[in-house]
Amino acid sequence: MSDWLETHLPKAVLAPSFIAIMLFVYGFIGWTAWVSFTRSKLLPRYELKGTVQYEKLFASPRWDTAMDNLFVFGTLFIVIAMLLGLLLAIFLDQKVRSEGVIRTIYLYPMALSMIVTGTAWKWILNPGLGLENMVRGWGFETFTFDWLVNPDFAIYTVVLAGVWQSSGFVMALFLAGLRSVDEEIIKAAQVDGIPTWRIYSAIIIPSMAPIFLSAFIVLAHLAIKSFDLVIALTGGGPGYSTDLPATYMYAMAFSRGDIGQAASSAMIMMMVVFAIVVPYLYSELRAKHD
Amino acid sequence: MAPILDIKNLHKSYGSVEILKDINVSIDPGDFLVLVGPSGCGKSTLLNCIAGLEPITGGTLSIGGRDMADVTPKDRDIAMVFQSYALYPTMTVAKNITFGMKVRGVDAATQDRKLQEVAQQLQIEPLLNRRPGQLSGGQRQRVAMGRALVRDPKLFLFDEPLSNLDAKLRVEMRSEIKKLHQNLGASMVYVTHDQIEAMTLATKIVVMKGGVIQQIGTPSEIYNTPANLFVADFMGSPAMNLIPAKTRKNGAGTILEITRADGAPLQLTDTRNQDLPNDVLLGLRPEDIAEAGFRAGASVQEAECLVEMVEPAGADTYVTSHLGGAQVTARLHAETSALAGKPLSLAFDLAKVSYFEPNSGMRLN
Amino acid sequence: MIDLSMSRPAETHPRGIAWGRLALRFSLYLFLGLFALYYLMPLFVMVTTSLKSLEEIRTGSLISLPREVTFEAWRTAWSGACTGIQCEGLKPYFWNSILIAVPGVAISTLLGALNGYVIAQWRFRGSNLIFSLMLFGCFIPFQVVLLPMARVLGEMGLAGSISGLIFVHVIYGLGFTTLFFRNYYVTIPNELVKAAKVDGAGFVRIFWSIFLPLSLPIIVVTVIWQFTQIWNDFLFGVSFSQAGTQPVTVALNNIVNSTTGVKEYNVDMAAAIIAALPTLLVYVVAGKYFIRGLTAGSVKG
Repeated sequence: MSDWLETHLPKAVLAPSFIAIMLFVYGFIGWTAWVSFTRSKLLPRYELKGTVQYEKLFASPRWDTAMDNLFVFGTLFIVIAMLLGLLLAIFLDQKVRSEGVIRTIYLYPMALSMIVTGTAWKWILNPGLGLENMVRGWGFETFTFDWLVNPDFAIYTVVLAGVWQSSGFVMALFLAGLRSVDEEIIKAAQVDGIPTWRIYSAIIIPSMAPIFLSAFIVLAHLAIKSFDLVIALTGGGPGYSTDLPATYMYAMAFSRGDIGQAASSAMIMMMVVFAIVVPYLYSELRAKHD
Repeated sequence: MAPILDIKNLHKSYGSVEILKDINVSIDPGDFLVLVGPSGCGKSTLLNCIAGLEPITGGTLSIGGRDMADVTPKDRDIAMVFQSYALYPTMTVAKNITFGMKVRGVDAATQDRKLQEVAQQLQIEPLLNRRPGQLSGGQRQRVAMGRALVRDPKLFLFDEPLSNLDAKLRVEMRSEIKKLHQNLGASMVYVTHDQIEAMTLATKIVVMKGGVIQQIGTPSEIYNTPANLFVADFMGSPAMNLIPAKTRKNGAGTILEITRADGAPLQLTDTRNQDLPNDVLLGLRPEDIAEAGFRAGASVQEAECLVEMVEPAGADTYVTSHLGGAQVTARLHAETSALAGKPLSLAFDLAKVSYFEPNSGMRLN
Repeated sequence: MIDLSMSRPAETHPRGIAWGRLALRFSLYLFLGLFALYYLMPLFVMVTTSLKSLEEIRTGSLISLPREVTFEAWRTAWSGACTGIQCEGLKPYFWNSILIAVPGVAISTLLGALNGYVIAQWRFRGSNLIFSLMLFGCFIPFQVVLLPMARVLGEMGLAGSISGLIFVHVIYGLGFTTLFFRNYYVTIPNELVKAAKVDGAGFVRIFWSIFLPLSLPIIVVTVIWQFTQIWNDFLFGVSFSQAGTQPVTVALNNIVNSTTGVKEYNVDMAAAIIAALPTLLVYVVAGKYFIRGLTAGSVKG
């Protein structure tokens, strides 16, 4: 009896978590998927009605804006954060004095809640008393920096704050990558008389391909899930101009009482995430099994 | 005497992959059984099956006459020493050694007495309060042995215990294990891929390959009469020479004809009366080929061969030549006058020859 | 690791190189310094603004130091600011966050440790599949579970409660905590388990006596990661709480966006700092582990 228990204990220990994950992750995905094919409004209804919700979604100008914003925000956020992170990592990798302090300064925003970040930047960027006012105070009376309240530019303030929050993290990733390159290879290159920038561009950076991939996945994932930052910084406004799929979904679910729209927009978000993450995870897991 | 370990028709598979096929081994109390083979041959899996760390798929396994089906490792009355030593990193040496007794509820006084005994035996008393991380490889090895000794088990199991040590320490520990075996008179099963370890330690060797036992025997049986080409090649260093030859019978015995790239074929006559096929592989250990004049006896025949390479190794000098399309190594005395590129008269001891069937690889004589 | 200015052998033009080297080093430090300012500026602005009076904020410059330091805004933010109709400051919500984070972190870390231990050391048929499924769960956008979770919490009687939020954070934190422990335990040779089995120890004993004492570094990493995640969470907090059970992030957002009365920027900033303080503190005290968690969470495997 006790031996039987002993052999089955590992399974028994894993079982609750496994059941929870199956239910609350995969079961819930199934539920949301199902509901996204119904005419659910304030309350969920379970009779399948085809793709009406998706048709409605794609016909909605607000969703259109949200997807456009996701594209603009996602692209800029990922590209800028990666470039900045890489640049900072390479510069920090030059036997810099007090590297520890500088690293700490670059990375601390990652410890903050997006709500805090949004609140801070909202204050800094507000045209009345923030940066604009400060620069005008320096004598540049015509200086305008009203991106936060300008529907055409507000999404870029989200990029600005997002990059501020996450680029230090990318820097840390790349720095770890730079440090893990075999030093003998670099010595060999130096002995061969290869200039430093060539060592970076031809040897070190190509060997960090997996880190680029990791950084990309994390940033893409952050971008798609971005919700708090927009809520705190712009509230989705002015108007709907900074709506992202995440805020759209939330608005439909909790303020508009349109469960069908909320479910279908959540499904689209998940598909975007999976389109990016699944190939990555698949290759990772397969590589490990070999 | 009843065997201490008796394995009958043991099978082990992972899914559809068969790791061990029809294993039959038994050892008597006091035996030192060595399981030897290349990596992936299943020897460690077999040891894990004996320990009860892996379930067996078929057959029976009994220790001390008791069937071990459904007996957990802790109830098998065994102790095991691992390749990585597997010392518990956060416990002191003393705690490492007494952990098993503590788990079994042995009283503190007994624990302490046994700890002191073992510590004294292995000369690790000064280390008892250290942690494994503060020990050298050899010291860790001793602690791992101590953890096994303190159990005073029916059967000791060793899983490549010396493979993480440097060459010098390995030789030292090898003789200590041998001494330990002699002093304790305990029964041991020892896994290694090192054929020298197998030869020096074992009272009985099991050579394995691909999950199949190739041969079971004493070290001398394994060395002198290998059951097949694999065993012949695997045991001994440098490996046994395997020379293709054609046979012909005449009144004196069997004439062995070995082709040579230059000149007439080499002809040797084995006077032992035996039936051999026309084509054989002739197996002869390097030490059974000497420089002419340095080995005598009725079975020794001399022939001139072209020396290709001379490798002095201190106590001996190895000379290589080409016979029958195979490279042949002879182990000569240190002061040999052999020169690369020059012919040398070699003495072949035909009484030591093993014959193998070239296709099946099985021993013929 | 390598020096920007080490590209050419120093012997060729000693003087020119020395100057070029100096100029390079100077621009390097200038660049790094400017970026340090970029990262520090918002924090600086937050702190100075929180110490100014509203009057000074209206008349002064964004980055000027306060002429007169006042902690009035901090007091208001802590115990008087309005989150909608209630005006109790952040204090009760800060407490809520602690009530959510502490059990949430403890339970998810413990479960993660046990799961990781099983997946890394007690493999059985299907355990790798389970791990893959859990890993996958880390990546879903939580929007996809919000609606059903709201209903299930309601049916469990946990809607709008602290316990409900703890439950949610434990469930969706499991993937990461399991991943952390699994990746840590997988580096420990399985022979340790075998040796302990021969010694007579079982599943629980081996975990307790051998693996747990080894786990301090990964426990720290996991606790920090989970604490930061739960403390900084907004989505679950805003979706599954009600008046009185909101975590601090939600309260902060409500204070900042409350439309009643005069906009008190100094109070907003003080509140933001208060909300950020615990995670910042963790970061300053245990930054090494924080970074390890971040990198472990992103570089899978």
